[in-house]
Amino acid sequence: MSVIEQSAPVAAESLFRRNMAAFVENRLAFGSAIVVVLFVLMAIFAPWIAPNDPYATNLFFRLQPPVWMEGGDRAYPLGADALGRCILSRIIYGARISIFIGAAVILVATTIGILAGLAAGYLRGWVDVVISRLVDILLGFPYLIFAIGLMAMMGPGLGNIILALAYKEWVIPCRVVRGETLVTRELEYVEAARALGASGKHIMLREILPNILSPVIVVATIRMAHVIILEASLSFLGLGVQPPTASWGAMVADGRAFILESWWVSTFPGLAILLLVLAINVASQGLRDAFDPRFTE
Amino acid sequence: MSDDILLEVRGLRTVFDTRAGQVCAVDGVDVTVNRGECLGIVGESGSGKSVTFASVMGLVRSPGRIEAGEIVFDGTDLRKLSPRKMQALRGRDIAMTMQDALTALNPALTVGEQLAEMLEAHDDDLPRRRGARRAAIQARSVEMLTLVGIPSAGDRLRQYPHEFSGGMRQRIMIAIALASKPRLLIADEPTTALDVTIQAQVLELISKLRAELGMSVVLITHDLGVVAEHCDRVMVMYAGQVVEEGPTAQVIRDPRHPYTRGLLASIPRPALRGQPIRPIDGQVPDLVDLPPQCRFLDRCPEAGEACRHLIDMHPAGPARRARCIRIAVPETEKA
Repeated sequence: MSVIEQSAPVAAESLFRRNMAAFVENRLAFGSAIVVVLFVLMAIFAPWIAPNDPYATNLFFRLQPPVWMEGGDRAYPLGADALGRCILSRIIYGARISIFIGAAVILVATTIGILAGLAAGYLRGWVDVVISRLVDILLGFPYLIFAIGLMAMMGPGLGNIILALAYKEWVIPCRVVRGETLVTRELEYVEAARALGASGKHIMLREILPNILSPVIVVATIRMAHVIILEASLSFLGLGVQPPTASWGAMVADGRAFILESWWVSTFPGLAILLLVLAINVASQGLRDAFDPRFTE
Repeated sequence: MSDDILLEVRGLRTVFDTRAGQVCAVDGVDVTVNRGECLGIVGESGSGKSVTFASVMGLVRSPGRIEAGEIVFDGTDLRKLSPRKMQALRGRDIAMTMQDALTALNPALTVGEQLAEMLEAHDDDLPRRRGARRAAIQARSVEMLTLVGIPSAGDRLRQYPHEFSGGMRQRIMIAIALASKPRLLIADEPTTALDVTIQAQVLELISKLRAELGMSVVLITHDLGVVAEHCDRVMVMYAGQVVEEGPTAQVIRDPRHPYTRGLLASIPRPALRGQPIRPIDGQVPDLVDLPPQCRFLDRCPEAGEACRHLIDMHPAGPARRARCIRIAVPETEKA
């Protein structure tokens, strides 16, 4: 054997680990990711963090201002709403709804999108025609109006919100996966796998999918922010999570009547939405830069 | 059919429907591969070498299709097999390695995972129990990598393709193809992407493994030198047809078809130093709407009026055939 092959094997380093290192170096994105993680932790440990019961009403503290304002009370750091419920506690509990719905919708939509996209991109033919036309039709509807219509038909409820949003959301990962599959299926190693007797299922799931996962993950994180806003919008319109469950969108709606004198009722949940969505967006852009530089939405 | 024949292809015709018309990439090709032999397929790009064997493997996809012909592998007509049975046969009985070693491995999976998948799919001798099965796969993977000359194979199984050099990737590709102990290995330009020293190693390896495992090898290449050194028999293809075939030594010493002579003349040789290399003039004909005449007509230095009709393969000595009327015409009638 030649000298070249005798050289010591390089330390095994996966592409994933290298990309992850690039992501951590991006300070802004990594900081945003930490904010997102904090939100998630807050949602998980809500019962231990929240200073008050988010559902306990106390009319003595009705529209109580935040602690730093005149008339504020330490028991209600961010004040209280029109029913005297602790706004901070409700924001902490509201994170559960936003993050759970966001994650559930993205999980369902991405799973469906990957399967449909792989089938359309790899099998082509009538499968592709059917899936692609369905995608085109769904893309033709404005998202929020579509969701409002579905919610009106199905009635409110956590499961229905997830369904209503996932109904249209899968289209996005599906298009990404289909496009990537069309490129990847023509690559040499897919042909090589076919020549060595790989089945269609094997090629789709083992040869193509691992190679197109980066853009799919990036899109999923970006879309999670969209879904959180949509859930907030639905709840704002009263079509989402039903009271008294704490949801940021519903909380913003609650404060509308008192926005001039008691601005904190709407403002703090609004800020929570802003902060979480912004953090997810910045973090996902960092992910995109680290994992898939050529991809732009 | 004789027992010595492993693969027999008769009158294969593979066409591609394009906007410009029907391209006949393979037109009436006959191939015979004997057990244990190494058959070289030579021809320039677009001569139909790869498509012929893609057809054998059932890998021709729309817009291409096999229009006619018979492909018999070890007594089974492959064209009559269901897609499922064909898939089971691919990799297990006939394995093919792809032209470009640098891109033929999946970049997202480790080499070990790719070898393991091949073994999972095709090796029936593996134990059923999970722990024992995994250990057996590991052992076989190390064995295969060691077989193709990759040092510290156990560690390297955990590495990704980008961590290997081009020559090593080509050999890993061969290791994966051979993992199922196929009876026929189709090596499609196994050395094109490699530098010369690695080329020699890879070809030596294929020859050695052929002898050890007793399989047949089809070596697709455009390098006559490679064929001269490693193949028992050679088939020269031009514009979708076989133009000459026979034992390698005889074909190279005494080529009967003007195209083969042209190919040989266009190889640089130390003995002919200082003399210009003689390339073959002209272009390969457009494969759409070929006129009914010898396909080499426009480029042939010996062409005459008699060449303006369809030319068949003519016997040119024992076990030799060539697609040229010159060899069919007895000496006395030659002008």
